[in-house]
Amino acid sequence: MNQVMIDTGNYIAAKAAVMCKPDVVAAYPITPQTTLVEGIANYQGKGEFKGEYICVESEHSAMAACIGASATGVRTFTGTSSHGLLLMHEMLHWAALARLPVVMCNINRVVGPGWNIWTDENDSISQRDTGWIQFYCSSNQEIFDTIIQAFKIGEHQKVSLPVMISYNAFILSHTSMPVYVPDQKEIDAFLPKRKPLWYLDPNNPITFGNIILPAEYEKVRFDMQKSQYYCKKLIPEISKEWKEKFGRFHGDLLEYYKCENVEYILLSMGAIGAESKVAIDNLRKQGLKIGLARVRTFRPFPQEEILKLSKNADLIIIDRNISPGMEGAVFSEIKASLYGKSDAKVYGYIAGLGGKDVTFGDIEKMCKKAIDGKTKHLEWYGLEGV
Amino acid sequence: MVEVKTAEELNKKFLREGMWPTIFCNGCGHGVVLEYTFWALEELGWDMDKTMFASGIGCSSRLPGYINADGLHTTHGRAIAFATGIKAADPDFNVIVFTGDGDCAGIGGNHFIHAARRNIDMTVIMINNFIYGMTGGQLAPTAPLGSIATTAPYGNIEHPFDICELAKALGANYVARWPVSHPYQPIKSIKEGLQKKGFSLLEFLAPCPTAYGRRNKLGDIKKHWAWYDDNTILIEDYDKIMKYGSVKEKEEVKDKMQIGVFQDIQKPGFFELYDQLMERLKVEENKKREGKK
Ligand SMILES: Cc1ncc(C[n+]2csc(CCOP(=O)(O)OP(=O)(O)O)c2C)c(N)n1
Ligand code: SF4
Ligand SMILES: [Mg+2]
Repeated sequence: MNQVMIDTGNYIAAKAAVMCKPDVVAAYPITPQTTLVEGIANYQGKGEFKGEYICVESEHSAMAACIGASATGVRTFTGTSSHGLLLMHEMLHWAALARLPVVMCNINRVVGPGWNIWTDENDSISQRDTGWIQFYCSSNQEIFDTIIQAFKIGEHQKVSLPVMISYNAFILSHTSMPVYVPDQKEIDAFLPKRKPLWYLDPNNPITFGNIILPAEYEKVRFDMQKSQYYCKKLIPEISKEWKEKFGRFHGDLLEYYKCENVEYILLSMGAIGAESKVAIDNLRKQGLKIGLARVRTFRPFPQEEILKLSKNADLIIIDRNISPGMEGAVFSEIKASLYGKSDAKVYGYIAGLGGKDVTFGDIEKMCKKAIDGKTKHLEWYGLEGV
Repeated sequence: MVEVKTAEELNKKFLREGMWPTIFCNGCGHGVVLEYTFWALEELGWDMDKTMFASGIGCSSRLPGYINADGLHTTHGRAIAFATGIKAADPDFNVIVFTGDGDCAGIGGNHFIHAARRNIDMTVIMINNFIYGMTGGQLAPTAPLGSIATTAPYGNIEHPFDICELAKALGANYVARWPVSHPYQPIKSIKEGLQKKGFSLLEFLAPCPTAYGRRNKLGDIKKHWAWYDDNTILIEDYDKIMKYGSVKEKEEVKDKMQIGVFQDIQKPGFFELYDQLMERLKVEENKKREGKK
């Protein structure tokens, strides 16, 4: 039977993680992640979490411990944020190349200097090329559902990749919302035990991380790419299964909102994605033919889906991140997806860096300006072209 | 220059008033350590334009932000590595690092041991409050056995790091530990540490009533200061008891934290040796050239 839990994104994430019965959780505290791992520790105190909980002395060690545990074939979970994620960078590559399906929440927080604990996405965006599957959530319910799905996706034998679930600092991590929590039995039925194809097993010794020559190494990368691509098929299947079993659906690689009969499509991620729905409702009331495609997975990137959207609509993109010297990451990926195959116009905005608020009013303004043809190709909202 | 006589004058001179109010809770020991440092700097009459501060992340690492001097507020655990760079850029700079027990003995431990081993010329002021104050009270690697923390709700079972013994073993030139409840010795030790060439470590036992005190029945700041009196012992007294004391006396002091000056030696520092090495190589090179002619 469904139970409703009203709690913050972090405590909801802790609940979801514990319900997936990880064998090992290793973590180091950092604002705004701290209450997530404290939540898991509380479940251990209450006897609800039966795995090992390791307090380590840095995030680098946290990920290394998860890797070590995962290599023995068990299920592992951790969480971090900002500088913690950056410190893990070496280990993120390692987990992905070793094909270990560690699942981790990253609470999107600003990167310093300029010490700031609020939200933007530069921490996780700069882990783009590590090989991790990357989800971005827009509500606490989505955080809950995505964590459980993430284990199933990452542990799938054709995938065997780690999964990062990102959500915005404070806007989601510390804000309470009601969330439906299924029965443990139902979750167990949806998420069977991990069955890895290879793992550290004294009866059948293998070594992870051995030396590998160029020709073979290239195959490793090729295989990783195939698995990422396979996820484009698998993620919609798992979302569908979730919907059938639990009646909830947050989209596949994209979430479409009012995308019928449109001339414009807005694309955004995370909490701005949720705020965008209000903006779309208002813009539609004003007679504008605009819909929203909220980007849920940054890796794999929904190239084909976006190309399809661009056949009937021009695209407006809001990035809460910046690749200095270039542009917002989602904006770049979208243009690369359309190259040579679409005539759609694309407009990019950078907004909400350093945790600056982005309200539906701001989003409406950005959309209207683009629709009026007054937006430059790329604009920093509020700083340029005001 | 006006001679500073009162704490108020001292603050006017050294504090960056634009940053007030500080983030520190009532009863926090960090401000006390800062004050002791100011007195030491004032008494030494150091040129603040040649004094650089570096810190990592934590409540303690906020200190350089409040000082009216150049500072690098860096990443968690890495201040000593940044500070090494400052010193390398210009060995005439006085380099002072503010760090916490988590920052220095936990996540940044490796930088600490190698800077001490190399005897890099800097003064590290580690504020030990037994806890990760800033993130809300996780166990620090220096916390006494039995301490309660969010990550040790049933009492700490991990043996604490004695960072002074470690620095001493690594051959640091100056090593001292004082609780903030001692008013004069800290200032004297900071002065000695600052003047010393090579690596100096000053460890201060300072209360964090918010994240440590409340959980450990030391939320009342007077009790916290009394705890230092009851649980520390001067190195000299400790040694005497261990040599000549009765079994009972030994038993009473064996678990106390020793305070005082652990080491005061004068090994050449890294940059001194580095300069000597360069000199030697230059001479050898010149000789070779002479030979070729
Ligand atoms: C890489 C990284 N991991 C985690 C953090 C979060 N964090 C900030 S301060 C802190 C602990 C600080 O403890 P300590 O050095 O003892 O300083 P105190 O606040 O007690 O003075 C942690 C874990 C961070 N800023 N960066
Ligand atoms: S939390 Fe503790 S260390 Fe931080 S300012 Fe408050 S008393 Fe000081
Ligand atoms: Mg501390």
